[in-house]
Amino acid sequence: MKTLHHFHGGVHPEQHKLESSALPSVCAPVPQRLILPLQQHLGTRAKAVVRAGDKVLKGQLLARAAGAMSAAIHAPTSGTVLSVDFHALPHPSGLPDLCAIIEADGEDLWAERAPCDFRAADRAELRAKLRDGGIVGLGGATFPAHLKFDCKPAREIRTLVLNGAECEPWITSDDRLMRERAAEIVRGIEILRYLASPGETLVGIEDNKPQAVTAMRQACANTGIEVVAVPTLYPTGGEKQLIKVLTGKEVPSGGYPLHVGVLCSNVATAYAAHRLINCGEPMISRLVTVTGSVRTPQNFEALLGTPIEELVKLAGGALPGSAGYILGGPMMGLHVSNGWLPVVKSTNCVIVKSPQLFPPLPPALPCIRCTRCADACPADLQPQELYWFAKSRNFDKIKNYHLFDCIECGACNYVCPSHIPLVQYFRFAKSELRALEHESAAAALARERYEYRQMRIERDKQEKAEKLAQKEKAALAARQSAPATGVSQDGSAQARIQAALERAREQAAAVKPKNMDSLTSQQQAEIAEIEARRAKARELAQGQASGKTEQATDEHG
Amino acid sequence: MNPPYIHQAPSVSAIMLKVLLALLPGIALTIWYFGPAILVSLALASLTALATEAAMLKLRDRPIKPFLGDNSALVTAWLVALSIPPLAPWWLVVVGVAFAISIAKQLYGGLGNNPFNPAMVAYAVLVISFPAQMTHWLAPHGLGATEIDFISQLRYIFSGALPGGTAFDAITAATPLDTLKTQLHLERPVKEILGMPVYGYLAGKDSEMVALGYVAGGIYLLLNRIITWHVPVAFLGTLFGVAGLFHLADPGLYVAPLFHWMSGAAMLGAFFILTDPVSGPTTPKGKLIFAAGAAVLTYVIRVFGGFPDGVAFATLLMNLCVPLLDAYTQPRVFGEKGGKK
Repeated sequence: MKTLHHFHGGVHPEQHKLESSALPSVCAPVPQRLILPLQQHLGTRAKAVVRAGDKVLKGQLLARAAGAMSAAIHAPTSGTVLSVDFHALPHPSGLPDLCAIIEADGEDLWAERAPCDFRAADRAELRAKLRDGGIVGLGGATFPAHLKFDCKPAREIRTLVLNGAECEPWITSDDRLMRERAAEIVRGIEILRYLASPGETLVGIEDNKPQAVTAMRQACANTGIEVVAVPTLYPTGGEKQLIKVLTGKEVPSGGYPLHVGVLCSNVATAYAAHRLINCGEPMISRLVTVTGSVRTPQNFEALLGTPIEELVKLAGGALPGSAGYILGGPMMGLHVSNGWLPVVKSTNCVIVKSPQLFPPLPPALPCIRCTRCADACPADLQPQELYWFAKSRNFDKIKNYHLFDCIECGACNYVCPSHIPLVQYFRFAKSELRALEHESAAAALARERYEYRQMRIERDKQEKAEKLAQKEKAALAARQSAPATGVSQDGSAQARIQAALERAREQAAAVKPKNMDSLTSQQQAEIAEIEARRAKARELAQGQASGKTEQATDEHG
Repeated sequence: MNPPYIHQAPSVSAIMLKVLLALLPGIALTIWYFGPAILVSLALASLTALATEAAMLKLRDRPIKPFLGDNSALVTAWLVALSIPPLAPWWLVVVGVAFAISIAKQLYGGLGNNPFNPAMVAYAVLVISFPAQMTHWLAPHGLGATEIDFISQLRYIFSGALPGGTAFDAITAATPLDTLKTQLHLERPVKEILGMPVYGYLAGKDSEMVALGYVAGGIYLLLNRIITWHVPVAFLGTLFGVAGLFHLADPGLYVAPLFHWMSGAAMLGAFFILTDPVSGPTTPKGKLIFAAGAAVLTYVIRVFGGFPDGVAFATLLMNLCVPLLDAYTQPRVFGEKGGKK
């Protein structure tokens, strides 16, 4: 039995897992129209390779990874690309982003699938496959998988952690996935192990999912992968928290798991990697929990791009009195009101909201410094201080109090007796700080440029002055050496004028249009005619202008 | 709409209500031993607090309803009422509470923004401005020269008149701490002084029982996680330690540490006053230093100072240090070097 460690704080929100975890997952039918944002991952938006009107097959590339920090997007079904255009998206900013919209043809015809034997493949080649297969971290951060597993040989990976904690209330998609497809997950883990070659491989699952633990233990038998049931405590599924619980190691402040020799990946990511490498199917679908105020909460295997209201309909429809959805869990999820928003790679759960399940909060009161937030913080921060500094825009101080170690888990917010939206304050402060840093970097660059320019001007001035001084010196020397007689000076002046005139004549000859040299007589006649017309027009214009001025003077007179 | 969408916390008003509940055992014992006069003080204090709070909120153009409902003004009011003599002219408690709410709390920005404990500010103002009224406490049963009934007490509180022939001094007494100080000045040894009828098992007769009532309330607060162990343990521990050292050095001149525990506002301070989150530090280490400092100051003021008790001034002085304490006792954050493993 592995000795487990614990992290500071954490909260025990009501689980609400049983509602949706009881039923087996169901494959959702292909919707008529699919909306595929080209940015479904952390990093740069994928670059579209299809245009409106193109016919696509299931699994065909829609957009390829643009740059290192990006991942590809594929057509989840066969059909026609209706448009590649800007649409509103499930994102806190609410800003529109580029989406490909596909009208399904109902055939659901696969493009050619090319499974490969990963053990025979080169690691770099495998990573490229992950990128082109659109594999990103499905735990929520959607970090491109090929980058996560781009481990330098110098960095030894001691532990590969598979995150099956699923600590957020209501969500059961990983739970169902582990129960139903444990063997496939393990085959995916083998691929990740091949990439990272870790000393040990651990699967962390919260102990409120005993069936998932059992299923995974069975599937992991004789593989060297250890499945560990960890105590249920939000946010154990946080990467840093799970690593602490399983290994006792703390990811350094501001650092990555790699810094302590650990890699952490979601079980759903491992499953997606299996589908890609072993079956040749890129990331085009995922398990989504549909729960909350719906008739039959359950999990669906949904194609990316499926509008969430389609899934809600499949779950028996929203109960009367429902309003709005939460994408993700109730602690960190995103509130949206549009039902036509699509399932994307990070959509693990759709919670239909109702005032009964999620009652509105009373207005916030001032902070009474009770430090319940600090007691709950899994990053050992002092949220009450951070809040104070964020509110007073004291951004220097707030950085010293480790704002950027905040994982925005919402535990502080959850326990605040004054109902202060702490997470919002922290997000605000983070974005302000990022903006400030951006600004100061820009200012530094501008200053550098300005200083360089000043330096250059100064240098030029100096050089000019030096040249002038030298010239004068030379002239003085010449004057002193030559006999000072007025005649010779006059003569030299005359000669210089003559020379200048000669130069001017040469220049005039040089600028004469060269294409006039070899013209036919007809062309010459045409040119002459045009010139004549121009001259006439000019004359006419002059005449009118002078007439006008005369008129004008008359009027004034 | 922003995450998290679920919350599970007692509201501020529920927390404050629990503090009020926790004060009930102490209040009940006060009534049992010293009669129901304290109820009049508590009622006066509560009414004054709510009226002052509402008036100040109106002046400050703040919403009245959410803030009046947070119960924090009542906590201040009750603490003021419990720290001044029950048999005192009505205006004493009114002035104290009005000062606490208007000056010490609302002028600093209201709930959550007061750097000093409002109840202790009120106590300090009263003890400096009206020392005579503040040092005459009801004598325990059977110790005063005479005892007057509740109706007469009421009449005294509101009109200042006592039943014919009763002297004010006959029904009141100095506090056990005060008596000790006076008697020590007369160079009587501690042992002899503690033999006086005003003293009970450990400290003042009857008042030590009230202190026990506050301990019970404090344990309730600890169990309900309204307060943490840091402040009570550090305060009582340090008070015990300092008093113990002096007592060991000269038992004839310095009373035993348990006397200090059970006298004056030590227990009220340890569980209800120094634990005020608003005016206290937030870090665990800060809380320990804060409470230990308050204990040392309390002892120094009690033994070497001129005031009957030291908890109020010690609290206010330590309140001053809170920003520094917080700044210098920031705990290690997750993943920071030099941490425990």
